Amino acid sequence: MKPAKFAYHAPSSLDEAVSLLQRYAGEARVLAGGQSLIPMMNFRIAAPAALVDLNRMPDLDYIRQEGGVVRIGAMTRQRKLEFSPVIAERLPLLRDAIKLVGHLPTRSRGTIGGSLAHADPAAELPMMLQVLEGEVVARGPAGERVIKAGEFFRSLLTTALTAEEILIEVRFPAMPAGARYAVEEFARRHGDFAICAVAAVLQCDGNRCTKARLATGGTGPVPLRLEAAEAVLEQKGLSEAAVEEAAEAAARAVEPMADQNGSAEFRRHLSRVLTGRVLRKAIEEKSR
Amino acid sequence: MSDLIDIRLTVNGVAHEGRAEPRRLLVDFLREDLGLTGTHAGCEHGICGACTVLFNGEAARSCIMLAVQANGAEIRTIEGLTEDGRLHPLQEAFHREHGLQCGFCTPGMLIAALDFLRVNPSPSEEEIREAMSAVICRCTGYRNIVRAVASAAQKMQVKP
Repeated sequence: MKPAKFAYHAPSSLDEAVSLLQRYAGEARVLAGGQSLIPMMNFRIAAPAALVDLNRMPDLDYIRQEGGVVRIGAMTRQRKLEFSPVIAERLPLLRDAIKLVGHLPTRSRGTIGGSLAHADPAAELPMMLQVLEGEVVARGPAGERVIKAGEFFRSLLTTALTAEEILIEVRFPAMPAGARYAVEEFARRHGDFAICAVAAVLQCDGNRCTKARLATGGTGPVPLRLEAAEAVLEQKGLSEAAVEEAAEAAARAVEPMADQNGSAEFRRHLSRVLTGRVLRKAIEEKSR
Repeated sequence: MSDLIDIRLTVNGVAHEGRAEPRRLLVDFLREDLGLTGTHAGCEHGICGACTVLFNGEAARSCIMLAVQANGAEIRTIEGLTEDGRLHPLQEAFHREHGLQCGFCTPGMLIAALDFLRVNPSPSEEEIREAMSAVICRCTGYRNIVRAVASAAQKMQVKP
């Protein structure tokens, strides 16, 4: 339960950090909050030759609202998001979801960038990137590039980031005023990874749904947008029958895996139940 | 490759210096290098919370932090909870309400509760239950822990 030996670097600039990653050619790992990486190293599931610690890096810890976009530095702690007035006002769904991420003592250290780059399919923040149609900025030897949520998650714990790239910023379009939203998850203990989680953002005009965004976590190798369910709501509105149909569509779309926490069929069942629950909650709590 | 790194930090208001390999976990540095064995190493992978300390004023799990990360940091452990030899209101409440049995998780419980009551000074019972789920207790069933945190919250509000 102790990490294997590694070399430790705490660079003070992004250029230095990227060149360290180049030097180790895939054998180094970036240390952000360490709430997933260090446990993996303690178990020796991960044994990198070197750690490039971003915790001494200035300027990766910020929450800025610019026009209709909220820009969040990759090293911003989850705890800071939880108590940020900007997040509460412009991304209230993210504020609700953060409370489901681990516990206060892990949110003190855990970062938004680290959680996204780790890409655990049962984690809440990757699901948030999907449902809120966010994007990330990656910095590598060739400079910066922007990667949209839909192109970021590739497979289990694998993203579009190369071994020489660092996730430096997360961007979310601010949620439109009056948007209805909810997040629900099922876990054995509060703060554990979700066995199944579902989140939704709905833009409505009376009983019509002009735009629906749904995503799920815990039900496959990557956090998934539930596009078939979104289409049902956008075509049929927000009646109870449409909600039921969207929940069915969600259950058909997921590709759950079985593990010690539950069978694939159990997770499919949860996707149906939680999709219905999230939609009813979002519809009822429109005046929040 | 893994040369020793100098670490200077403050623990419970006292300056300490040490040297450690990069792979030295903060909990082991506190316990074995500084001799502060009040912080307990339980699961050693960030799940049980027994090793919780205040890191620059915020609760964090010391088994999933490296000692080198604490260079320059201010840490508070269970040994730093008493003031002038008097038990902290949280310690008194855990004693009064019998919020422990074997006591292994108690250092983590107290530090996690201290941080929680700072961000939420008058919590509901449900909020206390949610917060204390951050630390695993296998003895008590949590009833008396929840009662102790609620009782401490009241006492700490009265205190100036």
